Amino acid sequence: MNLDFSPEDIAFREEVRAFIEENYPEDIKGKHREELTKEQFLSWHQILGKKGWSVPSWPTQYGGTGWTPTQKYIWSEENARADTIMPLPFAVSMVGPVIYTFGSQEHKDRFLPGIVDGTTWWCQGFSEPGAGSDLAGLKTTAVRDGDEWVINGQKTWTTLGQHADWGFFLCRTNPDVKKQEGISFILVKMDTPGVEVRPIIMTDGGHEVNEVWLTDVRVPVDNLVGEENKGWTYAKFLLAHERTGIAGVARSKRGIERLREIASTEYDNGKPLIENPDFAEKISKLEIDLTALEFTELRGLAAVAAGKPPGPESSLLKIKGTEVQQRLTELTIEAVGNYAAPYFRGFPEEGGNRFPIGPDYAHHALPEYLNMRKTSIYGGSNEIQRNIIAKAVLGL
Amino acid sequence: MDFSFTEEQNMIRDSLSRLIKDQYDWETRNKVLASESGWRPEMWAQFAELGILMAPFSEEDGGLGGNAVDVMVVMEEFGKGLVVEPYVPSVVLGGGFLKHAGSTAQKENFLAPMMGGEVVLAFAYAEPTSRFNLNDVTTTARANGSNYVLNGQKSVVLGAPWATHLIVSARTSGDRFDDSGISLFIVPKDAAGISTRDYPTMDGYRASEVYFENVEVSGDDMIGAEGSALPLIEKVCDEGIAAISAEACGAMEIANADTLDYARQRKQFNVPIASFQVLQHRMVDMFIEQQQSMSMTYQVTLRLEEDEATRKKAASATKVQIGNSGRFIGQAATQIHGGMGVTDELRLGHYFKRLTLIDTQFGNVDYHLRRYANLAEGVVKAAAE
Repeated sequence: MNLDFSPEDIAFREEVRAFIEENYPEDIKGKHREELTKEQFLSWHQILGKKGWSVPSWPTQYGGTGWTPTQKYIWSEENARADTIMPLPFAVSMVGPVIYTFGSQEHKDRFLPGIVDGTTWWCQGFSEPGAGSDLAGLKTTAVRDGDEWVINGQKTWTTLGQHADWGFFLCRTNPDVKKQEGISFILVKMDTPGVEVRPIIMTDGGHEVNEVWLTDVRVPVDNLVGEENKGWTYAKFLLAHERTGIAGVARSKRGIERLREIASTEYDNGKPLIENPDFAEKISKLEIDLTALEFTELRGLAAVAAGKPPGPESSLLKIKGTEVQQRLTELTIEAVGNYAAPYFRGFPEEGGNRFPIGPDYAHHALPEYLNMRKTSIYGGSNEIQRNIIAKAVLGL
Repeated sequence: MDFSFTEEQNMIRDSLSRLIKDQYDWETRNKVLASESGWRPEMWAQFAELGILMAPFSEEDGGLGGNAVDVMVVMEEFGKGLVVEPYVPSVVLGGGFLKHAGSTAQKENFLAPMMGGEVVLAFAYAEPTSRFNLNDVTTTARANGSNYVLNGQKSVVLGAPWATHLIVSARTSGDRFDDSGISLFIVPKDAAGISTRDYPTMDGYRASEVYFENVEVSGDDMIGAEGSALPLIEKVCDEGIAAISAEACGAMEIANADTLDYARQRKQFNVPIASFQVLQHRMVDMFIEQQQSMSMTYQVTLRLEEDEATRKKAASATKVQIGNSGRFIGQAATQIHGGMGVTDELRLGHYFKRLTLIDTQFGNVDYHLRRYANLAEGVVKAAAE
């Protein structure tokens, strides 16, 4: 057991760092996610696609890199360090793995290249107004009519669905069996007649998620992935994939660095805030939590590398990871003091250009705090994650 | 000991609560917030008519002879309705300065019309790098004959876009962090040399960055004695803390009530989520935090007129309680509401935002914990000597 990187790993880090430095697009550098156009969002993904690095975790035959767990760790560290806008998980970590694991050859040929090269934008249609934590209680139906599925229902919390070319939807195809056993996984082109995407505005004022209304949406029967009524199995598989990386360790590390920078710039009683022992202690406590989380994640990665499948312990990563992320935003609000108050979206001057009230780092502090409350709710709320550990790990 | 309200105070509560219910419904409120001015002067006139702008002032000053308990009653209702009109800036802070230290002429010229609603005040004290320290004042007031000339910048001045007059802290002598040498001036907002940049705040108010460039004010417009305003500023800010603590209690009440309602109605796994013990316990903790906050709000309200050390400790202790409880309740309420909690579609998010920014107003938990500790230490040291 040791913590050292091999000379190969160190060389790999240099290679990755140099690549990011030379190729990350200037026009999205330092930008906030919500300021990006669809094209800007996809630009880094497309560059990575050309390089062959857009889907590191996939099997090599579909475009994966074959990196070791250590190399993947270095990869995410370096991207966090450079603050890159990474490819969205919906394509790369969710529908992609479902398609290459359960899809037909035709599905693989048709859909995987667009995910690898970053030309197709995918969104997720899982949650419904009445089916959140109880996802299997979903009501959207898909009824077979000749060569087509006819889909009716309403999905919600569809992240960035406003940009999507395709969506993957869980639909009820058999209402007469146990609720988990009558669900199918169906792909829908978002410009199909009857698909309507409506924005949901969040407490931070942003438009990140949507409702998706489906009214008599007709799609070819071939858009079913895998077997009919096996969608729940695929959804669980996909959610387990979503979990890897959900701890967000590398990003939180970068977040702590940024918080320290803010606290060094902000003044408290004529001295940098970072010299206030109370505040310095709070940052340290958070960093200690993050170190524990990092090593928990590394232990998990080592186990996976040794051939063990990712287990329900990944719920721990979700719980602690989101707690750290949320705490980071709390401390940022504390650090910026009075300038947490101005609302940059509501500022009428200068045609919506840069918001000039207070220091730049203060503008997103409160919106970010509000926005990050979602992390303990989405992807299976932290209460559900604790239930999973209670049941599957502790055997309660 | 008596924790009951007077008949007048009960009347204020009832009529204010009715007025807010009738004319401050959620839809109307949001329309007003999105409008260019962001408030309703006609609502302010109705508050004046109701008497709440004159409630906490002595009859001698033209008020109704009430006290901080009246303010508490008003602010709790404001908190329930998330009323944005500038009661704290104009009545509690502006009126507070004039009540405690205004000259006869100042009371006549500013306090009386403030109670009538014609003069609206805002208090400009924080600066870009002062954080919460009231003695960190770099804005200067240079004597020029019998006048003073103001120069400097004030940050996040709540209610300034709606104000007719500003009360400004400025240094007439001493160095940046000196306790002495700070003076207060009341100036018309349209005085030559004052410019502002107005903006909305995350919690629905309006605020300004205010720039003073060679603003000439008369010595008659100084509130209190030259160079000794800091104790007065501390006192009035403590009164502001009592007021926004009551507001926070009102906001917590709604956040908790909405959460209970939601948890009872929302079904998952075929049962209301309120039946899950883990959520029940969290809602119990939310209730406990709200109760403790209310108790601390009573505590500070009833101690505002006591000796300086007692008042300061009471205010800081309350602000710590309110900051922690507001955060807990806001976060727990959001979590129990699930995805709906992070949307703008429910009113909950607006209560959460207000509770969050109440913590930064007049100093956050850390600031007041330190202030309390310093005061408590001071008592220990004095006893030892």
